[in-house]
Amino acid sequence: MKKLGVFVCWCGSNIASSVDVEQVVVQAAKLDGVVHAEHYMYMCSDPGQQKVKDAIKEKGLDGVVVACCSPRMHENTFRKAAGLVGLNPFLLEIANIREQCSWVHANNKPVATAKAVSIIEATLDKVKQNLPLETITIPLNKRVCVVGGGIAGIMSALDLADAGYEVVIIEKEPAIGGHVAQISTTFPYFQKLPELLQKKIDEVNAHPRITVYLSSEVDELEGYVGNFKVTIRTRPAFVDHDKCTGCGKCFEVCPVSVPDEFNRGLSQRGAIFRYNQGSEHQLPIINRDDCLHFSDGEQENGEKCQLCVDACAEQAIDLGAIRSLQEELVGAIVMATGYDVYSPANLPEYGGGRLPDVIDGLAFERLLDPKGPTGGRIVRPSDGRVPKSVVFIQCAGSRDPERHKAYCSRACCMYTAKQARLYKRQVDDGTAYISYMDIRSDSRDFEEFVQQGMEEENLVYIRGRVAKVFPEGDVLKVFTADTLSGRQLEIEADLVVLAMAMEPKSGVRELAKKMNVTIDGDGFLSETHIKLYPVESSTKGVYLAGCGQSPKDITDTVSQALATSGKIQTMFSNETLIADPLIAEVKEDVCSGCGICIDICPYGARIMDDFKRISMVNQAVCQGCGACIAACPNKACELINSTSRQFIRMVDDFSHKAQMA
Amino acid sequence: MKTVVSRDQVQGDFVKKVAEISGENFFNCYQCGNCSAGCPSVNEMDLLPSQVVRYLQLGLAEEVRNCKSMWVCAACMMCQARCPKGVDISKIMEALRVLQLREVDAKAHIDVTDFSEDYLERAPQIAMISGYRKFLPL
Repeated sequence: MKKLGVFVCWCGSNIASSVDVEQVVVQAAKLDGVVHAEHYMYMCSDPGQQKVKDAIKEKGLDGVVVACCSPRMHENTFRKAAGLVGLNPFLLEIANIREQCSWVHANNKPVATAKAVSIIEATLDKVKQNLPLETITIPLNKRVCVVGGGIAGIMSALDLADAGYEVVIIEKEPAIGGHVAQISTTFPYFQKLPELLQKKIDEVNAHPRITVYLSSEVDELEGYVGNFKVTIRTRPAFVDHDKCTGCGKCFEVCPVSVPDEFNRGLSQRGAIFRYNQGSEHQLPIINRDDCLHFSDGEQENGEKCQLCVDACAEQAIDLGAIRSLQEELVGAIVMATGYDVYSPANLPEYGGGRLPDVIDGLAFERLLDPKGPTGGRIVRPSDGRVPKSVVFIQCAGSRDPERHKAYCSRACCMYTAKQARLYKRQVDDGTAYISYMDIRSDSRDFEEFVQQGMEEENLVYIRGRVAKVFPEGDVLKVFTADTLSGRQLEIEADLVVLAMAMEPKSGVRELAKKMNVTIDGDGFLSETHIKLYPVESSTKGVYLAGCGQSPKDITDTVSQALATSGKIQTMFSNETLIADPLIAEVKEDVCSGCGICIDICPYGARIMDDFKRISMVNQAVCQGCGACIAACPNKACELINSTSRQFIRMVDDFSHKAQMA
Repeated sequence: MKTVVSRDQVQGDFVKKVAEISGENFFNCYQCGNCSAGCPSVNEMDLLPSQVVRYLQLGLAEEVRNCKSMWVCAACMMCQARCPKGVDISKIMEALRVLQLREVDAKAHIDVTDFSEDYLERAPQIAMISGYRKFLPL
């Protein structure tokens, strides 16, 4: 027979005003097995907790019910207190008589009081069948895999590596740096980004604890928190970078000419090329899809094209290279997958993708880059003329729930102001118009930056969404409205710059599926809690940073990246991981191995034991949500300490009471 | 009616002149409307004070030239006192009036040669200044 204790909290007047706590204690004391019952104004306070501890010690309680607020609030508090005096914490349960009783029956004291007693009685019956449990320990591999080598991945990796942990960066493109490598200048202080970034890239390359996989993607992910196995698929560069001297002869002979993605199509490149033409640090690679050797392109003499191979004095080019698969074992993963620019072709009314002088913001950044396709000169892509009138269109594709993206892309207001200011600094007799709906300049010195643009560079902000852009002669006509003056406007422009929405990187949906990470309706990776767990994904041990989670600027991206590093270091500060034992359990003799639970488990915690042909629970991964228990057709699994036996007993208690009333 | 906005207007002579005479930068204005909200004469105006500034930002010279608001403005300077960006709209209004008077065939009320030396010695200064204040032909 268990010796049970009941502790009733007033919660100030929250509970005591509608529940007669004294009456509850009198009633509870009469219940089966209860040897101690008392009430107190704030049970969660230090003296309140002391009362619980004292009673456990003095009366030798082996089961405790605290009747108070939701277990979400103070279950941990009381379990910890009980543990301190030697009671197994899992033999303490919370009876929620605040959210589920006093608050909903505020005007009916007799009903609230009777209900509080029932809740306590039912919880006592649950405690009687609770098992004392020990926490589960899981081994921990203190290595990290960072998916994405943009600024988020770089900053997270550097911080973790500096803290002493080995880091693996997986980058899809042939170079790390991400979109930041394409951007010329920061806001709000006009710092030169390429220099800032190159410093960080050099640090990564020189770091003894960082391994970078370029042109690589996650092929497969197995395992769970502390023990992931990442399979990495690497596309070949076809160029041996140990032999290559970067002389550039191969570029000259390559007969292919395709738009350069890095320069947003503002220049051409060959099939063998430097990913960033302006970076002397990068060595050539071959894009298999563009190369004539791999397509049907036979030369006249019947041989496959290998002009670059012949041109290379160092014999660094090997067209026979194949893709490789490698495995890395890590304990935590940072998803820094980044964004894609929503294609301007989605905005035909602005001539996006059709008119050469309608470009997106990232292309404009390439024009501003001194090592970019124009050497940093702002000119029209169509005829190379300096534009004297530029219309910047904000919210292009953003904030349009009917046709495009419902969300705000956050960085565009600021980078547009920056671009317009840089334009005015270069072309001082030019006019920059900015079409906007609202100006969102919500960080330090951002508002001042925008205002300064208006005051000093005389940027003409026009409040209204542009209706259409069309060519007339060799200029562009922009039809818009100015809602401030109530006028419909027609503006003559030489160049139109679209501040396109950011969208999740292509392929992230499939990657999220492999990682078991949930994504939101727009395809961004979702965090566990927007306020309190902003960098934790739905899978334990997988963290989120940067624009893969939501559109943001460099400042916020880096903050988030460093937050992931902090979270991982906290996790790595222990030698093993500790998991809650309130998880699913399988009755091995009942399980038929149908596998329904494996499909239903949102955490990938159910696994088929191939030898026994039954479904097992991975203790490290299971979160105790109970989905498999509901789904199991023959009741082969149970949630530990929340068994159906316990719950049926609790329901019986309530229905018994209801019949009596 | 579509209003054409061009570089020639935005950087045009008229707005440059208004900026020069008033000493104000219209682009300081972020169109919050506080001037229009506090102006005691706004009921008699055809353009709100903030609209006048907006039109100047867009370089819409004709609209501003033909507005009545500049003549209704009592130069009470409420707008200037309240403007969060420190734009002195009463100065802009005065500049518009001055430009208008310069452009059209405006005459002073008095011609100084009509008065005798003796009268001019005795005449109060303020009366003379008022007399020089120009009027527009109807």
